[in-house]
Amino acid sequence: MGKEKSKSGPLARRPDNSAFKQQRLPAWTPMLTASTVLPSFYLLALICMLLGVWLLLTVQNTQEMKVDYTEAGSCNLCFEMRKNVSNAGQKCTCMIMFSIEKAFKGDVFIYYGLRNFHQNLRRYMDSRDDGQMLGRKSNLKSPSSYCKPFDVDEKGVPIAPCGAVANSMFNDSFILTYYTINGPTVVPLLRKGLTWYTDKNVKYRNPKMDNLTLPEVFEGTTRPPYWQKPVYQLDPFDPNNNGFINDDLLVWMREAAFPNFKKLYGFLYRANKPFTKGLPAGNYSVAISYNFPVQYFKGRKEVVLTTVSWFGGQNHFLPIAYLVTSGLILLTAVVLTVVWWKFGKDGKNMAD
Amino acid sequence: MHSLKLPFHIHRERLPRKRIVGPSFAEDEDLKKVLKSYQSNKIRTTKYSFLSFLPKNLFEQLHRIANIYFIFLAALNFVPVVEAFQPEVSLVPIVLVLSVTAIKDVFEDFRRFHSDRLVNRQLCDLYSSAQKDYVDCCWKDVRVGDFVRLSCNEIIPADMVLLYSSDPRGVCYIETANLDGETNLKQRQVVGFAPQSDSQFSPENFHSRIECENPNNDLNRFRGFIEHASGVRVGLHSSNVLLRSCTIRNTETVIGIVVYAGHETKAMMNNSGPRYKRSLLERRLNRDILWCVALLIVMCLIAAVGHGLWLKNLKDPIFQVDGEMSPALAAFYVFWTMIIVLQVLIPISLYVSIEIVKLGQIYFIHNDLDMYNEEQDSRIQCRALNITEDLGQIQYVFSDKTGTLTENKMVFRRCSIFGVEYPHEENARRLAVYEEDPNRGASRTVTLKSACSRKSLTCRSLSCNRSSVSLHTLTAESGEEDQLSSHPQAKTDVVPDPALEKKLNSLCSSLLHLSDGLFKTTSNLELTYITDFFLALTICNTVVVSSPGQPRHVVSGPARTPLKSLEEIKVMFQRLSFSPFTTMSTPQMKSSPRSFTSRLFIRGKSGSLTFPTPTNNSPSCPNPEPESYEETNGSSGEDSEDELLYEAESPDEAALVHAARAYHCTLRARSPENLLVELPGIGSLPVRLLHVLPFDSNRKRMSVVVRHPLTGELVVYTKGADSVIMDLAERPKGRKAPSAELYSHIREQTQKHLDAYAREGLRTLCIAKKVLEEEEYDVWMKRQLLAESSIENREELLLESAQRLETNLTLLGSTGIVDRLQEEVPETIEALQRAGIKVWVLTGDKQETAINIANACKLLRSSDQLLTANCDNKDACAALLNELIVEVQCGQEGVSEQREDPSSGSTGFILAIDGRTLDWALQEDLRSSFLELSRKCKAVLCCRSTPLQKSKVVQLVRDHLRVMTLAVGDGANDVSMIQVADVGIGISGQEGMQAVMSSDFAIPRFHHLRKLLLVHGHWCYHRLANMILYFFYKNVMYVNLLFWYQFFCGFSGSVMINSWVLILFNLLFTSVPPLIYGVLDQDTAADALEEHPELYQAVYVPSIFWITILDAFYQSCICFFIPYFALAGSDVDGLSFGSPINTSALFIILLHQVIESHTLTWIHALVLFLSAASYFAFVLLFSTFCIVCSHPTNLLGVEPRQLSTPLFYVICAVTTVTALIPRIFFRSLFNTVHPSALLTKDQRQEAASESYRRRMQRWNQNHARTGLPVCADNPGLVPGQEEVLS
Repeated sequence: MGKEKSKSGPLARRPDNSAFKQQRLPAWTPMLTASTVLPSFYLLALICMLLGVWLLLTVQNTQEMKVDYTEAGSCNLCFEMRKNVSNAGQKCTCMIMFSIEKAFKGDVFIYYGLRNFHQNLRRYMDSRDDGQMLGRKSNLKSPSSYCKPFDVDEKGVPIAPCGAVANSMFNDSFILTYYTINGPTVVPLLRKGLTWYTDKNVKYRNPKMDNLTLPEVFEGTTRPPYWQKPVYQLDPFDPNNNGFINDDLLVWMREAAFPNFKKLYGFLYRANKPFTKGLPAGNYSVAISYNFPVQYFKGRKEVVLTTVSWFGGQNHFLPIAYLVTSGLILLTAVVLTVVWWKFGKDGKNMAD
Repeated sequence: MHSLKLPFHIHRERLPRKRIVGPSFAEDEDLKKVLKSYQSNKIRTTKYSFLSFLPKNLFEQLHRIANIYFIFLAALNFVPVVEAFQPEVSLVPIVLVLSVTAIKDVFEDFRRFHSDRLVNRQLCDLYSSAQKDYVDCCWKDVRVGDFVRLSCNEIIPADMVLLYSSDPRGVCYIETANLDGETNLKQRQVVGFAPQSDSQFSPENFHSRIECENPNNDLNRFRGFIEHASGVRVGLHSSNVLLRSCTIRNTETVIGIVVYAGHETKAMMNNSGPRYKRSLLERRLNRDILWCVALLIVMCLIAAVGHGLWLKNLKDPIFQVDGEMSPALAAFYVFWTMIIVLQVLIPISLYVSIEIVKLGQIYFIHNDLDMYNEEQDSRIQCRALNITEDLGQIQYVFSDKTGTLTENKMVFRRCSIFGVEYPHEENARRLAVYEEDPNRGASRTVTLKSACSRKSLTCRSLSCNRSSVSLHTLTAESGEEDQLSSHPQAKTDVVPDPALEKKLNSLCSSLLHLSDGLFKTTSNLELTYITDFFLALTICNTVVVSSPGQPRHVVSGPARTPLKSLEEIKVMFQRLSFSPFTTMSTPQMKSSPRSFTSRLFIRGKSGSLTFPTPTNNSPSCPNPEPESYEETNGSSGEDSEDELLYEAESPDEAALVHAARAYHCTLRARSPENLLVELPGIGSLPVRLLHVLPFDSNRKRMSVVVRHPLTGELVVYTKGADSVIMDLAERPKGRKAPSAELYSHIREQTQKHLDAYAREGLRTLCIAKKVLEEEEYDVWMKRQLLAESSIENREELLLESAQRLETNLTLLGSTGIVDRLQEEVPETIEALQRAGIKVWVLTGDKQETAINIANACKLLRSSDQLLTANCDNKDACAALLNELIVEVQCGQEGVSEQREDPSSGSTGFILAIDGRTLDWALQEDLRSSFLELSRKCKAVLCCRSTPLQKSKVVQLVRDHLRVMTLAVGDGANDVSMIQVADVGIGISGQEGMQAVMSSDFAIPRFHHLRKLLLVHGHWCYHRLANMILYFFYKNVMYVNLLFWYQFFCGFSGSVMINSWVLILFNLLFTSVPPLIYGVLDQDTAADALEEHPELYQAVYVPSIFWITILDAFYQSCICFFIPYFALAGSDVDGLSFGSPINTSALFIILLHQVIESHTLTWIHALVLFLSAASYFAFVLLFSTFCIVCSHPTNLLGVEPRQLSTPLFYVICAVTTVTALIPRIFFRSLFNTVHPSALLTKDQRQEAASESYRRRMQRWNQNHARTGLPVCADNPGLVPGQEEVLS
């Protein structure tokens, strides 16, 4: 504006002859024709193919083992037992046998898997109070209304942690046993470090202790209705793994994206033989403390053992996706080449 | 539209009709109260005040359906059972959109406020009764009834009645450029009988009362009267009123009383601000939005049904929070939740984006150098801001002829007097030379050579100081300037026809040498005709005379006369005048020095064909005559000394005055009551001007009543359209047979000449006169005065009165005026036609003239077949139309047999229809056949059409053919047509600004239409259409990601993307690239579009919307399911799953834009980069610092973790590539199969950029050269450089 005002004389209103104002900025014109696109198509197809092959090879080196224990073997009894809500207090353990044909090399991850459990329902996902789990005292005593109906119990005592997510926490536990010639050996599992760093240290914290013990801090609250133990007694062995920063709780609180999911239970502890190189082939059993009812939602429960590669667990889809994409690009490239050959090689053929 | 044209009094009945104004300091309490009730002069054009802004702006914005919808959504989110996001999140979009719009409004309003304040604080002299003097006062404090004193060059603060002028004749000149753009001076007159004496006017002595009509917006009408204390009433009219925002010129001091102030002034009431029109695209857009709504509802229904079914199969699962809810009810709730979740599908920011894009487009149109006219120093004005893309879809162009296709720079070409044609061969040759000047037009900014050759050409006629001016400017520009200055010369110079000049000169010479042989050949009667003819040319007009030395000053008289001031002229007038109101007696006349000439006239009147025996001989011929003749002759030879400037309201008038001047009949000075006219052989003569009956388009003529300077008779001179004058010029009765015979012969001859002129494309005017008897005049005069002083129906009465006077006229002769075609008109019309646009010419001119112009501008080619439709009655018209349709059909069949494509074929049909026939053709029952016929014709010429007919034609075509129409015109008679058309274009040319004021775009020249439509229109349309399509694509693509997720979360309405990201994704992260796309994209280079107008034809494929939607579905499928399958069964959490999806979506959407863009500049690159960067910055910051926010989709830790895993990149890469492959594939396939257009376009683009580079180089050199006086002085240098360059 100022520039325009400064102009005077007979051509005061003459527009500036600048490239921008005259819309003549030097521009790149992406002209998509066969001749411009084809080289990149072939190149892209090649890259995808190479990536696909590489991923495929990587995936081939990973192993995965799923053991569905919902009603298998002796767990059948427990399954029947959990059908009745009144038996919720009763303990039930069962055992499943399985064998590993090929040794799991490297780090082995033990997951529990749930099928048909919708952790991603809107109302379910809503039903939590991150403020409470951050250790805010006010939220501890009066949980957010999102937690309804799991915010307070019948007597009006606040529930900690509140909400449906925490309430429905998976509470089966596993003991993995390896049967060697020398007899059964319990497979040592690491049950720590399962969570994200940010979850354990930033997002969730216990309420300020102020020289109090954990149970004292949680005084005036009650456990979620489906729980057997209060939140400060989740880990009987490690007092530092209790309260809102319990690894299992945190793993559960990170709601899965799909109804069929698995969640980390532990790692193989590889310090001692025979597990230094992973899980050797052979017979195994898993002893389950069977608590979690799945029959209401026609769900299944499983134990999953996997090794991981640089891009996660066993995943056959991605390499295939890359290979298919590569094939598709190649196909289109070939079609384009043919068309280009027939029609538009020099742009003049069309005139006829 | 027509209702606007209704006479005003219909609406006014309800109001108290009059306003009473008196001095504001009067003691009268009633009057004071009345005055207080009028608006003060403070203006406020702002829409909002500080307090009212929020409610008012909100209220206005809520008028938009879209906004209501989004508020409804936001409100819906507050209902707990259907809540999808945190309430504040769902408020974001609507708040953002409302506030962007509000900020835009505030900005606009603030600018208005600022300009208001500037205006309100201007100072003027206001009479203060307390101080008994004039004091400085702000404009805003001026009130009705105040006395304001203004000096020369001051701007008038309010509408005032002129009470005093320092000019002794009580005249004041104003320039109305601010009001209507007309730069000529207009005369205003002090109210008659105002207590004006020689002494200073004092407001204290003003005790009169003014009664006038209520404020209205009619600039040219003011009705009222002033009632003096004595009870005498004097009528007031528009010539007594000084309108706000005009400028006082040439008058030292004026005093007026304010009658309308502030918003009640005519200037303010005419100020209607920018126009709002709804474009076609916007209407289609609404349809597409409705489709989106339908899509949304379908998707929500699917989700609702899905949820119901899913719930039915479960019984009381552990993750079911709501416990006992019937599946149907839950489904119902889910429906509403989904509406909220999927709201993004309806592009909330689309409307505001479109507005912003249009502003950007307007900015570029406004700044286009190609649409800048250096001669007028004017560029395109965009008055309507929201129909830019309509410019790209025009199918019919309706053009005015005069001033639009032609220059409207009238030059006298030839004339016919007394039935004798004077062809003015020399004049024609001179005009031809000027016209053939090859260097006019578009080449001027580019080619230096031409500019300089023109310069050297014009330099001859220029004084030295001109060229010194040019030193400071660009050489090319200086050439332009020279041309500019040479223009009036070319325009005004008329080379007299030798034969006519001889005859006219014989008027004098005959007096000296009566026995001259030449004189015998020229009859007396003819001589009187010729003199009367030129006298009429000289005085029958409203031309204002000024001299270049003192621009805009009343010339003080002929240079030779010793008279220096107007006062002296007046004295001279009085001395010389034949005391106007006393009856003149012939003896008196005879005794006057010019007795011979007087007698000559008297005899001429009596019709004697024989030359009377000369009673006076040379001694009695007045002495000054030969000298004065010589003098005038000499003086007009040297222009520099004695140059008069004529400023006329219409260019024909000036042309005629100039023409008369070439024959030494010079209009020297003008006052409201007297004219100073110089006649050859006689010298300066005062002419008493008794009445002016101004031109109006109903009468199509103007008249003056004067007392003839030579005979002293009362004479009416009338000048007007030939059709009218020929009707009025009845054969005078009671004449001798030979005279009647002669007269009819003259009529016949003149008519013949008129027809010939029209064929030549000249504008014809007829000149006639009438001698009034004194009694006749007195009677007429009384009624005229009555009409003038009446308030009601004054127009009608005046018209009637004028018609009473203008009867029984004696035809003197006719004139032919050339109106040259504007530069590049044929090329422009050809380009428009090649672009598939039908060009119609609607003109008020005669059929012959119109056809001639059509020929000249290549609308009509030699191979075309002309169909003329002139009928006398309706039945004939109906028959003719049908006949013509058949003819055209036969013709077209014949053509199509011969040629493949008749559309571009050389043979076409042109329909020329005249006004009367058009009237019938426009009637209900003939309409369809007229349309059918005109559709088949290549072009239609409507001749002799009135403004109303013009608008009717446009309306008919627009409404019945359902096409996009454009009307272009320059004059007031085109206003209605411009308003009716979808796009109205005004030519900011010679005829005032009414057309411009009512237009959507105003261009300086007709040929600018070419670039405006073919380039800007095409671009704007494509840009906007593509942008809108892209908007839909973007929203559908993004929203579907959420929809697919519903299949995996039990249709519960949960999302895998953080709600803030979800909402801001469309509003922020991906909102700017489409805007840039909409403003800057060029699907074809400008040069290519201009060279190949065929590219203009916008092919809108309705399926393209669905193809886009389909592609969006495909892309969203890929974008969702590849990550889904890659992550299914893993321990991924919802948000970590959403992260690669969202990132891929971002890349897909941005890259999609790159594919769709036709040009990519650094601006595009920057914006695309910033968009992506802003997304990543946002999510990273959000997931690092926001610990408990945005429940339940807390991002904490998600994004950094995702960005550090290779899996994320592996997924994003394959997703993005796979999603975009089909579009790239099909696009390149299409381009390969149809390469001709694109590839050649590409080559053209290269050529264009090359030529641009050279042009820029040249231009830069020009600029560099401006500092070098050597080059400017020496044009010979320049061609050399040109050669070096090329």
